[in-house]
Amino acid sequence: MAQFKLPANSRVQVGKTFPAPSGAKRVKRFVVYRYDPETGENPRLDTYELDLDDCAPMVLDALIKIKNEIDPSLTFRRSCREGICGSCAMNIDGTNTLACTKHIGEVSGDVRIYPLPHLSVIKDLVPDLTHFYAQYAAVEPWLKTKTPTPPDRERLQSKEERAKLDGLYECILCACCSTSCPSYWWNDRYLGPAALLQAYRWIADSRDESIGERLDALEDPFKLYRCHTIMNCTNTCPKGLNPAKAIGEIKQLMVLRR
Amino acid sequence: MDMRTPLSRANHLGSAREGANHWWWQRLTALALVPLLLWLVGSLVCLIGADYLAMRTWVARPAVTVALVTLLIALFYHAQLGLQVVLEDYVHAEGLKLASLVAVRFACLLLGLLGVISVLRIAFGG
Repeated sequence: MAQFKLPANSRVQVGKTFPAPSGAKRVKRFVVYRYDPETGENPRLDTYELDLDDCAPMVLDALIKIKNEIDPSLTFRRSCREGICGSCAMNIDGTNTLACTKHIGEVSGDVRIYPLPHLSVIKDLVPDLTHFYAQYAAVEPWLKTKTPTPPDRERLQSKEERAKLDGLYECILCACCSTSCPSYWWNDRYLGPAALLQAYRWIADSRDESIGERLDALEDPFKLYRCHTIMNCTNTCPKGLNPAKAIGEIKQLMVLRR
Repeated sequence: MDMRTPLSRANHLGSAREGANHWWWQRLTALALVPLLLWLVGSLVCLIGADYLAMRTWVARPAVTVALVTLLIALFYHAQLGLQVVLEDYVHAEGLKLASLVAVRFACLLLGLLGVISVLRIAFGG
């Protein structure tokens, strides 16, 4: 059956509290999920109190401040700090999003930070994305053609054809959408919204010559049709994309080609 | 020990090359059930207080017979398709999943047949 309760060694306990420096005026509490596989202990929630007058505005800024000044053992992924690399995807205030584009001021009360849901945790806020990336590779995300490339120029595409890729090519594979989807949690055969949006990005590409094979590979009760259109993916996407619509387009093409 | 690569695990057994039919029929039956169920509820409300003979006469009217049979087929086919999805979503033990899928299929088939034959018996049995 689908699991509704965490296994005993994954239940989250109360951790340490790091109080704000004396004289802090605008104190904000950051409650952060901590897990260290080397200790053999259960995960815990540590609380860090920061003075917002002494902290840059984004949640990632707060995490970096905690790591630099309070607790160097805190582990998380981050790189570009401007919402284009997708490294700092995590669950903040109950929604998957990018820590670098999430404003601390948007969160009322404590800022609760967890790793992306339902993935194995490697350490603290770092989840194991191996299967997620393998599913991306499985949709063969590259241009597939039989016609050779013209020797003197690139493959042409009209402006209208190119416009069909808008809303698809912007995906940064941060995994916010897939890990917010219950179908993705409960069926590892389901490709998930991110991989399906990426699959549609190539199906919608006028230069691609293997759309039929792409649809063949997707037509499966588990790979595609686990999507029941609950739209968590669209709701959570930090880039404002609509994976549910892309999945709907794929389902429509499946019917059209019958 | 599982030494397969992540890609091999993601590809699993490949695509079953089905699912579009299931999706399409689930929607078609849903579409058919909207007017049919509205009609059924409306008709039953109009028939409040009718005696046994009036009910039998109503069911035996050709248009009503056809509508009832269509309704029963659409209803149980839709139920079977929907329950199948629920079981595939939530039941992960392979044996239990297979057993419950078979049970749901047979149950929907038998209940549908029971309904259709009952209607036809009233329609043709006199």
